[in-house]
Amino acid sequence: MATSRRAPNTVKNRPRAAALASILMGTLLVTGCGSGESENTLTWYINPDAGGQAAIAEKCTTEADGRYRIETSLLPSDAASQREQLARRLAAGDSSLDIMSLDPPFVPELAGFLAPVPDDVAEATTENVVEGALAGATWKDELVTVPFWANTQILWYRKSVAEAAGLDMTKPVTWDQLIEAAEAQDKELGVQGTQAESMTVWVNALIESAGGSIVTNPEAPSDELELGLVSDAGREAARIISTIGDENLGGPGLATQNENASLDLFQSDSGSFMVNYPFVWPATVGAVESGTLDQALVDDIGWGVFPRVLDDEAAAPPLGGINLGVGAESDDPELAYEAVQCIVQVENQAEYFVTNGNPPSNTEAYEDPRIEESFPMAPVIRDSLQDAAPRPQTPFYNEVSTGIQQLWAPPGAVDPDTTPEESSDFITAVLRGERLL
Amino acid sequence: MTSAIPAPQAEPTSSPETTPSVKTRSTPEKKARPQYSDRVRAERRLGWLLAGPAFIVMLLVTLYPILQAAFESLFQFRLTTPDEREFVGLGNYAVILTDPVWWRDLGTTLIITVITVAVELVLGFALALVMDKALRSIKGVLRTAILVPYGIITVVSAFAWFYAFDINSGYVNSWFDWLPGIDENTNWFAQTGTALFVIMASEIWKTTPFISLLLLAGLAQVPGELTEAAKVDGATWWEQMSRVIIPNMKAAIMVAVLFRALDAFRIFDNVFIMTNGAYGTEVLSLLAYRQSISRLEIGLGSAVSVLLFLCVLIISFVAIRLFKVDLAGTQGGKS
Repeated sequence: MATSRRAPNTVKNRPRAAALASILMGTLLVTGCGSGESENTLTWYINPDAGGQAAIAEKCTTEADGRYRIETSLLPSDAASQREQLARRLAAGDSSLDIMSLDPPFVPELAGFLAPVPDDVAEATTENVVEGALAGATWKDELVTVPFWANTQILWYRKSVAEAAGLDMTKPVTWDQLIEAAEAQDKELGVQGTQAESMTVWVNALIESAGGSIVTNPEAPSDELELGLVSDAGREAARIISTIGDENLGGPGLATQNENASLDLFQSDSGSFMVNYPFVWPATVGAVESGTLDQALVDDIGWGVFPRVLDDEAAAPPLGGINLGVGAESDDPELAYEAVQCIVQVENQAEYFVTNGNPPSNTEAYEDPRIEESFPMAPVIRDSLQDAAPRPQTPFYNEVSTGIQQLWAPPGAVDPDTTPEESSDFITAVLRGERLL
Repeated sequence: MTSAIPAPQAEPTSSPETTPSVKTRSTPEKKARPQYSDRVRAERRLGWLLAGPAFIVMLLVTLYPILQAAFESLFQFRLTTPDEREFVGLGNYAVILTDPVWWRDLGTTLIITVITVAVELVLGFALALVMDKALRSIKGVLRTAILVPYGIITVVSAFAWFYAFDINSGYVNSWFDWLPGIDENTNWFAQTGTALFVIMASEIWKTTPFISLLLLAGLAQVPGELTEAAKVDGATWWEQMSRVIIPNMKAAIMVAVLFRALDAFRIFDNVFIMTNGAYGTEVLSLLAYRQSISRLEIGLGSAVSVLLFLCVLIISFVAIRLFKVDLAGTQGGKS
């Protein structure tokens, strides 16, 4: 029965199958033509975001009017994995790496695989760019990538807690003041104590704020790299981190606390002060809009520049963000740079901030009226970016950072008398090839 | 035995030929080849033809990378600075073997291997007994239910366990806060002990079904008449277990232990997802990953991988030689 029923169907289906086959062939032919056209297709390897980079790619493709077409290709979610993938592709001579979104600390390591930035492009894309972002895009005094957006941490605080503690938040505050206030008010501080990249971000910001540097000669070869951990600045950083760890001021989850977890803590009843990126604002406002948080919470949130280490010296907030690099093996670096110039346009940066929450590296973009509306703290972000210090700009950043993460986390295990020295010795041995990481 | 009787009668020179003829059915030897029937020979040829291509592909995809890794391990070679490649001989091995990190990670890996395999063996045996003794009507459902964890991708199960125990998103702390030592502030992934506990629990949950399946196959091989005879003789359940069933399953048990031990020794996914090796939970696979993939130190990373491979070889050797695991034994014997 079954076969007799199926048989006529097969016959009847034959024309349909033929039609399907011809459509398939047609598609193949069209794609064949497509690849013929793909000579001017540029691939942009992007870090995951809320769709902003893809939108910019589309916009620039339209504006290019056929000269080039930008296709985006998604990289892994965390910065370390993005670096791993890009490094492997670059080392293998992958010519599809036309444009790539790079985290500033990895720029020196990959600089040798990037096409040089043409002078006119460098000139056009660095005007009005914040200091920190420029520093992060440079290697050996030469611009090797184009700054796109720049990220930094600012101090977020609960107005009620600051008021109860008697802190004047119109002026910059110090870490010691925050520690004291949290202790007195029996509240918890939002910091990132997990053994991850965020730990290096914190340590670097503290040491730079205290006038030191993790690496004093970042351009040196691996066996000559000198670390500045064993210094007053290093010990001061260790003191602050260990105090927060020892006195349980970071909450019970401190040892595994990343940026999202510290935001959760800040939003809870024990929240007081937090250092974190601007994404926390749209996240909190969004949670209020969806009804999971109270409007009173948003009204209670204030912001200021990153806390100081020394009373009389401005803080050096962390620097993050994304720069755009062009692969040396790209089929058409010139065209890629043309596209890069389109991508980093001021209005694109402003749009990206408003839609995706990633702050522009160009100060001009902050004049867009929409920014003030969605990010009332934009001026603080812009000013912080001017003072922000990049993490060590060395090709061996991964070793330095992983070494710090292994010895400076959890915060409770940090000892100002031993940790700076131990981590310095360990990282030096790793860089000389005498230790495993 | 009866077929062995004519042997002494034959001339001494023919004895090597007659001896194999006795054994042909159980363990064929090289010299017995001429005695194979045409059918057996054709079957063997077909066997080679069928398995040969796969065998060659296996050699290509496993032997080549192994040799390449052994070669690379003799160099100091960073992927981002290919021009500075330098021959260092066994220098990388010296660095690794004198580094406390290697020994600490080896210790962690061994702890995970021993504990998970031991627990899985006991649990797996219990599950195998349940599956074996279950009523015919629910056997299918039961086996499927038991196998579900094994069907889940390790990364997915690792995330599920991570989120369950995580101090921010987990429910374990609030469900089990009546247990001593657990409260809402327990941060499972902040200390070595508790983090390893979760990693091992997840590993055990995920792979016990595998071991129970192997043991179920072993249980099915225990001749029913032996257990019946033991029952008739009045043996208790425990006596039946320890005197009849387990001794008859030795081969299956050893194969299960060997397979799982090799698997557990190479643990990666669970640790990578849950702690990324933080706070003393780093295992050898992760150490190799950190050198090769994160640091891009191909030479050092290859040396770690080669050492890891040697460890696996040693485990296999010890199991097969010392404990006499008969890998063919589980096929139920051809006699």
